[in-house]
Amino acid sequence: MTDNDLVISLADVSVRYRVPHERIPTIKEYAIRWLRRRIRYQDFWALRSVSLEVHRNEVLGIIGANGAGKSTLLKVVARVLQPTSGRVRLWGRVAPLLELGAGFDPELTGRENIFLNGTILGFCRNDIAGRIDRIVEFAGLEEFIDAPLRTYSSGMYARLGFAVATDIRPEILIIDEILSVGDAAFQEKSFDRVRSFLGDGTTVLLVSHSLDQIARLCQRVAWLQHGELVTVGPPDEVIARYRA
Amino acid sequence: MNSTPTYDSAARGAPFLRELVELARFRDLLGLLVNNINKTRYRRSALGVLWTLLNPLLNMAVLTFAFSQIFKFDLPHYPVYVLTGLIAWNFFSQTTTYAMNTLIWGGSLLRRIYLPRSIFAVSSIGNGLVNLGLSLIPLVILMLLLGHPLYATWWFLPIAVLLWAMFALGVALFMSALAVFFADVVEMWGVAIQAWFFLTPVMYPKEILPERFIWYMNVNPAHNLLELFRVPLYLGHVPGPNTIAAAVAEAVVALLVGWWVFTSKSNEIAYRV
Ligand SMILES: Nc1ncnc2c1ncn2[C@@H]1O[C@H](COP(=O)(O)OP(=O)(O)OP(=O)(O)O)[C@@H](O)[C@H]1O
Ligand SMILES: [Mg+2]
Repeated sequence: MTDNDLVISLADVSVRYRVPHERIPTIKEYAIRWLRRRIRYQDFWALRSVSLEVHRNEVLGIIGANGAGKSTLLKVVARVLQPTSGRVRLWGRVAPLLELGAGFDPELTGRENIFLNGTILGFCRNDIAGRIDRIVEFAGLEEFIDAPLRTYSSGMYARLGFAVATDIRPEILIIDEILSVGDAAFQEKSFDRVRSFLGDGTTVLLVSHSLDQIARLCQRVAWLQHGELVTVGPPDEVIARYRA
Repeated sequence: MNSTPTYDSAARGAPFLRELVELARFRDLLGLLVNNINKTRYRRSALGVLWTLLNPLLNMAVLTFAFSQIFKFDLPHYPVYVLTGLIAWNFFSQTTTYAMNTLIWGGSLLRRIYLPRSIFAVSSIGNGLVNLGLSLIPLVILMLLLGHPLYATWWFLPIAVLLWAMFALGVALFMSALAVFFADVVEMWGVAIQAWFFLTPVMYPKEILPERFIWYMNVNPAHNLLELFRVPLYLGHVPGPNTIAAAVAEAVVALLVGWWVFTSKSNEIAYRV
């Protein structure tokens, strides 16, 4: 693989969450404590010196226990968090499927929310207008699309979110445990859609607790533990070590 | 495909400018936010958008009545004086307050997805401009009713509005940056802006202030900006060069400081909200 295929590069990336020891909710309290030099933080390193390279067409799975730092890693790639140290570089447009339907407004209709969510993902309005029928059809929500979102079930929410985010083949797809939303039929449908992107130049980062799903989709798997990268390698090897 | 990355967390260059580029990229979302704020706000009230027109009018009616009973100001068409002041002031107090609240609302979004963080403050200003435009209708109606002339100096209005918007955006960005870090900022701002309202000649003529307080008017940035808005509409002449120069300086400084503080803190926002 030539270096020309590099799509995601993480070099020595660390993320520190800084939790104040005691909650300091007001300016007044802050001022008093600052004067007494009594502001203490508890630092929590959610990622420690993670280095990782992902190439074009690759599907990289990320596994690890709860709290291992998987979602944090995805957030750093999705630009939500600026790493505390280290460097993240991307080549391509990112479709972040971190939490579906970010920014949905329950008071607005399904149709209005497609525009809202689509522009939040960085698409322009005209572009969405041209694709809206296809999005609605994929979500299977034709009858409900002009009803306010607060009348939707949580599965319908997720379907709409998935349909908007994946309507155009992204260069980088980031999936955080969302292939298990919706009913069985929609799960199959979304699984197929992700598969249809593969081999077409889309690079996927997939976080899942379903090792079965990981083994089915990924070419390489990264194992995170307490914010550190334990190993990266072929799925069966890494999964076997993780299970052990 | 590998020359320059589409995103580089270690990219040099000022966050100051980068934020502008990102805002331009998300301009369609900006338009939608301005629109939806209006839609959601009025959807459930039967009078709908009519409230925007009635609100300052009712507000003004109450305040005018109260003030003209208590004080005997020697101002012709006092209601016009009050309404011009209130329209400008409401724009300022509403947009700054709204910017903080929407950033806190948008916080749940910023934890999940990348957006230019200043988009909430900027959309609040956009929304305030729409409301300001609408509230000019009752102002014109009032002028016609009272026989107040519609001066040719109305042409100056866009300049006054632009400077107010710059000033309000600067203050809004600065206050939102603070509001992310401290929970009590929103309430403190509510109190502060109320006090500021009474310390600024919105309702009363500045002439009622004792001579020795005149200097204070010149350091109150809201006063110069208010003059810029009111003088052309109420008195019918263009504000003096000193007032204009002071207002321009205030607007530019507020915007630059607010923008700089906000963008230099903006990477911490996702960790905090
Ligand atoms: N905003 C935050 N402030 C402080 N600590 C946080 C914050 N977000 C996450 N953490 C901590 O960072 C660690 C990693 O969290 P992360 O969400 O990345 O885990 P994860 O691997 O995705 O776990 P899960 O499998 O449960 O989704 C956790 O211990 C969590 O407590
Ligand atoms: Mg997680």
